[in-house]
Amino acid sequence: MNTALRYATPVLLGIVVLALWEFTVDHFGIPPYVLPAPSAIAAAFADNFSSLMASLWTTLRVTLEAMVAAFVGATALAVLFSLSKAIENALYPYAVVLQVTPVIAITPLILLWVGFERINIALVIIGFIVAFFPILSNTTIGLRSTDHNLIDLFRLYGASRWQILWKLQLPSSLPYLLGAMKISGGLALVGAVVGEFTAGSGTATGLAWRITEAGNRLEIAKMFAALALLAALGIAIFSLLTLLEWALLHRWHESALKKDQ
Amino acid sequence: MTALVSLVRIAKTFENGTQAFGPLDLAVDAGQFVSLLGPSGCGKSTVLRVIAGLLAPSAGTVSFPQSRPEIGFVFQEPTLMPWRSALDNVRLPLELKGVARADAEMRAREAILRVGLQGFEAAFPRELSGGMKMRVSIARALAAKPKLLLMDEPFAALDEPTRQALNDDLLKLWREDGLTVIFVTHSVFESTYLSTRVVVMTPRPGRIAAEISLDFPHARSEAFRLSPEFSKAAAEVSAALRGAHA
Repeated sequence: MNTALRYATPVLLGIVVLALWEFTVDHFGIPPYVLPAPSAIAAAFADNFSSLMASLWTTLRVTLEAMVAAFVGATALAVLFSLSKAIENALYPYAVVLQVTPVIAITPLILLWVGFERINIALVIIGFIVAFFPILSNTTIGLRSTDHNLIDLFRLYGASRWQILWKLQLPSSLPYLLGAMKISGGLALVGAVVGEFTAGSGTATGLAWRITEAGNRLEIAKMFAALALLAALGIAIFSLLTLLEWALLHRWHESALKKDQ
Repeated sequence: MTALVSLVRIAKTFENGTQAFGPLDLAVDAGQFVSLLGPSGCGKSTVLRVIAGLLAPSAGTVSFPQSRPEIGFVFQEPTLMPWRSALDNVRLPLELKGVARADAEMRAREAILRVGLQGFEAAFPRELSGGMKMRVSIARALAAKPKLLLMDEPFAALDEPTRQALNDDLLKLWREDGLTVIFVTHSVFESTYLSTRVVVMTPRPGRIAAEISLDFPHARSEAFRLSPEFSKAAAEVSAALRGAHA
């Protein structure tokens, strides 16, 4: 299949579904508080453009901050694990506990401790918690699966522990780390949204709050507009991380090989 | 003549109780090409690691009577860093030794030239064939100008023509640089073709079963591979290997 067709088919399918949706709502007279037509959603989007964009920016910032924090924290901890088995043994079970406890169950506590007046910090912490573990677990595996012969070679030439880490183990674990970042990017967004829903009518100003607010007022079209923005944000984060992965790996890693090669 | 490297009563037992090899004695003189020939799992690779100082022996001593020579190591796999170009892989030993980048790059280019890979400096390992990757690996070992080259079945995974080409190139490098080579293999023909001395090892735990000196006056080449004297030497080495199994 050629490239143009590959991109054209999902776009075409989307257009067909939207047209069918518009027609169905119109034809059967479905009330807008049950299912608004795409045209109504577009109108709601235009009407609320500035408030939706402000919310999008808030959610984007929270998500990015959570991702950066998770990346830095989890990578640092994975490096620490690779340096000391004792630290790994002591800390890993607690990382698992943090991972398996449903984040929504600890969200009220975090909101309470951080305070509703600083809700965005609380949301970053929640996003951080859910985004943290995949990076930690994958990077730990990546650092550990470094070619032992290469480690021996580094040792033969008198490399320091730091040189082995920086020049060998970190590049080796890059494919694992980038794979985890793609998962964690989506999870950070989930964390930011879940936190806001739990906070309810507080001081939150992100997209999840717009959805709650619009739902309470039965402005279903606006709800859909905010929802579409959330989906777009998720796609944008995933695409950017996929692009980053390609940029860093395509010259050398098997995962980036074209199938026809 | 004092030996370049001398192993006295060395043995290695792993933590799980497996006896890898020994005890064995071996002295290798400067300029020799010594093959350690033995069946798979006889501990010959472990001997190389002990000589390189990557593994401590459980008993005995490894000594370098003059001074510890610069050591190069070639593994069974090319063992390249896939994210680095051929040139940057070859540059690694110099980089780790703190050689200035421009100088290191120049010496790496020279090493690549010597293994016949000019034009592939910028290629990444996945763009190279198995034989070419092994050449990069050899260039990397040569870049730091070793006196002692340790090779662990480096050509075992290659096809026959590639292996023969690499055998010939290795002999050329050995002669030109006055290298001392310790070459681990399980191939009778390869050890006979390459070595000045074949050390035959017993199955695990490996001990030295026999030693055969191969002193051929002329340079070895394709014609040598087909000569009666080569066949005779190979038969002798083969008999020694069979004897070691018995």
